[in-house]
Amino acid sequence: MNPELKFTDVAAQPYAPQKRRDDLESFEYTFRAEITSIYPLTEMETLYRIQIVDPEERRRFTFTPGQFLMLEMPGIGEAPFSISSSPSIHGEVELCIRKVGNLTNFLPRVKRGTHVGIRGPFGTGFPVEEMHGQSVLLIAGGLGLVPLRSPIEYVMENRSHFRDVNIIYGTKTPAQLLFTYQYEIWRKDDIDLEIIVEKQDKSWKGPSGLITDPLEDILSGRDDEYYHNTYAIVCGPPVMFKFVCNMLNEFHIPMQKMFVSLERRMHCGMGKCCRCNVGSTYTCLTGPVFDYWTVMNLKEAI
Amino acid sequence: MIFRTFEKQELKKLFDILAAHNRIIGPVETGRDRKGQPVYAFADVPEYNDIRLDYSITKLPAKRFFLPFKEDLSTFKIENGDWRKEISYNVERPLIFFGLHPCDINALNKLDKVLLHSVYPMPYYAAKRKNMFIVGMDCVPQPYCFCRSMGSDTALHGFDMFITDLGSRYFVEILTDTAYNFLKNIKTGEPEEVDHIQYMKVVAKRNNEFTTQVDTTDLTKILDMEFQAEVWKYWGDKCLACGTCSNVCPTCYCYGVDETVDIDLKGARKTKMLHSCNLIDFAAVAGGHNFRPERHSRLKYRYYHKHRGFVEAFEESLCVGCGRCGESCLANITVPEVIDSVRGNWRNK
Repeated sequence: MNPELKFTDVAAQPYAPQKRRDDLESFEYTFRAEITSIYPLTEMETLYRIQIVDPEERRRFTFTPGQFLMLEMPGIGEAPFSISSSPSIHGEVELCIRKVGNLTNFLPRVKRGTHVGIRGPFGTGFPVEEMHGQSVLLIAGGLGLVPLRSPIEYVMENRSHFRDVNIIYGTKTPAQLLFTYQYEIWRKDDIDLEIIVEKQDKSWKGPSGLITDPLEDILSGRDDEYYHNTYAIVCGPPVMFKFVCNMLNEFHIPMQKMFVSLERRMHCGMGKCCRCNVGSTYTCLTGPVFDYWTVMNLKEAI
Repeated sequence: MIFRTFEKQELKKLFDILAAHNRIIGPVETGRDRKGQPVYAFADVPEYNDIRLDYSITKLPAKRFFLPFKEDLSTFKIENGDWRKEISYNVERPLIFFGLHPCDINALNKLDKVLLHSVYPMPYYAAKRKNMFIVGMDCVPQPYCFCRSMGSDTALHGFDMFITDLGSRYFVEILTDTAYNFLKNIKTGEPEEVDHIQYMKVVAKRNNEFTTQVDTTDLTKILDMEFQAEVWKYWGDKCLACGTCSNVCPTCYCYGVDETVDIDLKGARKTKMLHSCNLIDFAAVAGGHNFRPERHSRLKYRYYHKHRGFVEAFEESLCVGCGRCGESCLANITVPEVIDSVRGNWRNK
């Protein structure tokens, strides 16, 4: 018998249309995408609109609110970002990016029209369809509004499917408020929006304090019928959602109906590099969106 | 399963025939340690005389051949202000692994579970794994081996053929047709009753030679209960956070990704480098926050991943009990001692 082993070329094996999650080729495949608009929001955060170049790929690219993608600038770096835009738009996403690391400090130097790579979408999303027929509490602290904006857009586009919709948004200072130009539109769509800052300045006319203050006001005026038919989505720093979720729990909103999004630094997004593990759970596969009961069972999540 | 026996001199023949047409990786002696004991490594074996099939254990596992410490995931050509991505799985020819012990074969089986048989299979690993031919070899238990406690003392699959030394001749289990056909090049025979009896004797003798044990009963629950236990601080204070344990571990696969621009500015590359959860930046995020800033929290995480998280996902632990980490640890931290202490036994402390 011929004692020479035959080489198996994995890369050349015939492509059978499968799910992206089983396909070897999809592992390192990046969609070529173009930065179509750059919109500064605050001193630190900028909103980038990014569109997949290939029309067929654009049509196929869909996501659910809460999912994230990997944005790659060749030679500079690749990092995970929550998608901030409406899930009904295919192949185009908005990412709100704070200048904080290698890649994000480079991004302000690129111009409209630059090509970047995107992989994804990855992870779990908020179960927005399950929430139909119910009231929704959307609570964001600081940069937490970034992942929350996608379910907000979904709720607005499907406003008739929801009962009461409340957004509570808090930041440290008024200058850190994101998407200020959208507040009036949200309010006009019968969404109750409460904004609170921790440290007010002269320009600030609204309330100041902790995010749990307006939350308590909203919840204490309601009855069991509301508590039993309400979903909550909470995004923000871990210390915030601990307090917020505890308060929601005091009002008997089930923990399986509270959703939070955890932030970790994924290097792969596909359950391989282990950099995003919380305890021993992959944030990129079982998260980033978890219900609060699951979070309670994760070690070192909060 | 098909079994054969063959005379000892036939092994060299088999090796020579395979070596004439293939690249063979096997255990070789690379030097002596300060006690005068041989130091072994998996490396290319040019000749049969160089292979040390009687090796105890290699300092480093064979993973650099299928999970390189550093490899490019992709390269970019940068031209006219635009880029083109090129992907290579970084493998050109098959490799024969000659003389892997059961622990190292089981390590591959465990890696397969997460890197091949779960969602998003990893093509870089798959391409190399599908080009491996494995000749397993039985071993002599060492004082630091606790593979028997981890259920990795025998390999049931994950190899092409597995050779056991019966003393006077070799006994071979054949799992693949490739191995079956290779063996046609040498003289083999059907095992007889006397070979079966001898095989069972050899196995029973080996089973009695394991000295180190780890109690893994209910370990997932105990790790959860003892998450805040003081023992972690004790080990964390000893740990140097050097990452050697991950470096020598046959199942550690965690990594980081970095991108660099080539010096001529005409290209760029995205490089994957194996990482260790004991290194300080493992759970650091942009902006400076670190989810595991203390050594003890990182050391604990390593045990948590191996002995709880992996069990939860795949019904088995991500540790084969080879004992390499304990042998290489500069602070003398060993898995059996850590697990023992978490279970509340503070012997010799």
